[in-house]
Amino acid sequence: MKLTRSQWIRIIVALAVVLAVGACGKKKVASAPPTPPPPPSPAPTASLTANPNTIQAGQASTLTWRTDYATDVTIDQLGKVDPSGSRAVTPAESTTYHLVAKNDSGTQEATARITVVSSPPPPQQTSSGTDEQLFSGNMKDVFFDYDSYDVSAQYQQVLQADARFLQQHPGMKFTIEGHCDERGSTEYNLALGDNRANAANQILAQLGISADRVRTISYGKEKPFCTESNESCWQQNRRAHFVYQK
Amino acid sequence: MKKYFVVLSILFLLIIATSLASAQDWIRTGTGLGVEKVRLAVPDFKLVTTDTGTQNLSAIFNVTLWNDLQTAGIFDMASKSFYPLSVPGAPQEVHLNEWSSPPPNASMLAFGNLAIQGGSLNVQGWLYDAKNPQSPQVLGKQYREPANDANARLIAHRFADEIILRLGGGVAGVAETKLYFVSNRSGSKEIWQMDYDGADQKQLTHMGSIALSPHVSPDGTRVAYSGVTKEGWQILMYSLELGRAVSFQHFGGDNYSPAWSSDGQIIAFSSSRSGNTEIYSVSSTGGSARRLTESKGPDVSPTWNPKTNAQIAWVGGRTGLPQIYTMASDGTNVVRVTDQGYAVSPSWSPNGQFLAFAWIRHYGPGAPGASDIYVMDVASKQWAQLTHEEGRNDFPSWSPDGRHIVFQSSRTGRVQIYSMLADGSEVRQLTTAGENTQPNWSFK
Repeated sequence: MKLTRSQWIRIIVALAVVLAVGACGKKKVASAPPTPPPPPSPAPTASLTANPNTIQAGQASTLTWRTDYATDVTIDQLGKVDPSGSRAVTPAESTTYHLVAKNDSGTQEATARITVVSSPPPPQQTSSGTDEQLFSGNMKDVFFDYDSYDVSAQYQQVLQADARFLQQHPGMKFTIEGHCDERGSTEYNLALGDNRANAANQILAQLGISADRVRTISYGKEKPFCTESNESCWQQNRRAHFVYQK
Repeated sequence: MKKYFVVLSILFLLIIATSLASAQDWIRTGTGLGVEKVRLAVPDFKLVTTDTGTQNLSAIFNVTLWNDLQTAGIFDMASKSFYPLSVPGAPQEVHLNEWSSPPPNASMLAFGNLAIQGGSLNVQGWLYDAKNPQSPQVLGKQYREPANDANARLIAHRFADEIILRLGGGVAGVAETKLYFVSNRSGSKEIWQMDYDGADQKQLTHMGSIALSPHVSPDGTRVAYSGVTKEGWQILMYSLELGRAVSFQHFGGDNYSPAWSSDGQIIAFSSSRSGNTEIYSVSSTGGSARRLTESKGPDVSPTWNPKTNAQIAWVGGRTGLPQIYTMASDGTNVVRVTDQGYAVSPSWSPNGQFLAFAWIRHYGPGAPGASDIYVMDVASKQWAQLTHEEGRNDFPSWSPDGRHIVFQSSRTGRVQIYSMLADGSEVRQLTTAGENTQPNWSFK
């Protein structure tokens, strides 16, 4: 039997269609789902920290929050607030502050807990104990954003206060420990912790603190202050921590 | 006629396109993985004589030999349920046609016998080509060691490696290799050692502080690691010959993540002495360290190209999230090899062709995917994903034959060590006690 020219064309076209459909089917598996139209504005982001997060009754702690893209920001205990800011609070009992940031495309929440300790620990009378207590009572730690070792403006001020204390107590030697949150890889976090400790150290050096009073060490994610897997805990672990050297 | 030509060329292009699309899913490591596997039958070795109380040695031997051959990745193991009822212990007891025809349908047959007598373990083993009845013997071996569990495993490993060397394209097997790793099962993170299959786990260091990142020397005599000392993190050295820590040069700042060049001459590591973590290299006998990187941001986790020792890959944070970079071993010619996400823990394959590393490819809140093990062809930067979103996977390390990768994973909750073939198949859990991390495969 001899096929006509148009029969040939039909067969070839049919084959091509079959192959094309097959190929398209495969491609669908590999390719990403169709991207939805971009939302009018990105969902808000929010963070809320308390420093210090443990106080004695009557003392003040500073709440600091930061949001992006939010049109409406409220903190349960404080009411409507600016998109970013900080405020001193004096809770009478342990309180979890709850921030809600909203815009048209979504809502983001953040919390920070301030623990109120009712009675101060009994003072120790040994002289080294006093120095150590004086040190830990005055030297405030520096906290960092995720995967960052940049000291923010807020903590530049903290370091200025730390430097003033150190200048008033020129005999004190200390270690700066760099710490990271549990996310990411062990070795990279060791390096990141060193960069955090050194970032704090370099600012103290610029403020006139002599390098021979300071040692730095990174603990990466090996010695966390807080072991829960959530942002408020991770925040506590991303820090340059000051330790008095006897 | 023009119409035919157009239609035919479209057809041709479609065929090419489909075949290319499917070819991208393949990873070829150039070590015989992915080629047709040899069908191998391994009946239990016949127990000829035994001292009282040593019957378990025969079971240990048989299980170890089977596991070694199965794990090798180059055999199609004929199931024991298909074997003839009478198992040969010596050449005169072999009826090759029973093995070469279905159901075992084996191409190769490994068999032999064990005799445990007067406190010594004697093993005779043969490898026969079942399809060549005229001259079947490929291998005949005899072993004698004091009768104990460790030697039953050792002899099985040696015989397995002989078979793998003969049938695996001349690439030596890894059944006698060791793994070094970090375990916290003693209460603090210390350096431990185990056989490649997870047997015989031993604690090496007793620092009581933190020990991390063990890397064994190419000659297998020393393990470099990093530990917290009174002078911060230092590169420390454990002698496997002396069974204790030996001195190594201390440096300023924190020092960690040591890596041996494959000639054993140089150790690359990360140090914070300049106030910024950078990669340095130092002679493995000590001396002054040479700085290789100079950039803002963390630089850590170096690994040498073991084929040439002319290149180092490492993890840099100079652009934000960590990425993998390569450079010449003098610090020049820096090339970024990953283009996105969070990429850490590179390990360079023995043939110099591939980097294995841990990658969170789409990084960010709510982004899909976890930390998985990937392999990248260094020249073309084409990559393949080996683990698929089962927990957080990190610290891959190549076996000396390039056929296996050992890594850590949190897939069962706590972090444990697993091995797999370099195509991601045949995953085996090697540790269970405590948390176990940062495995490093010995060079031989």
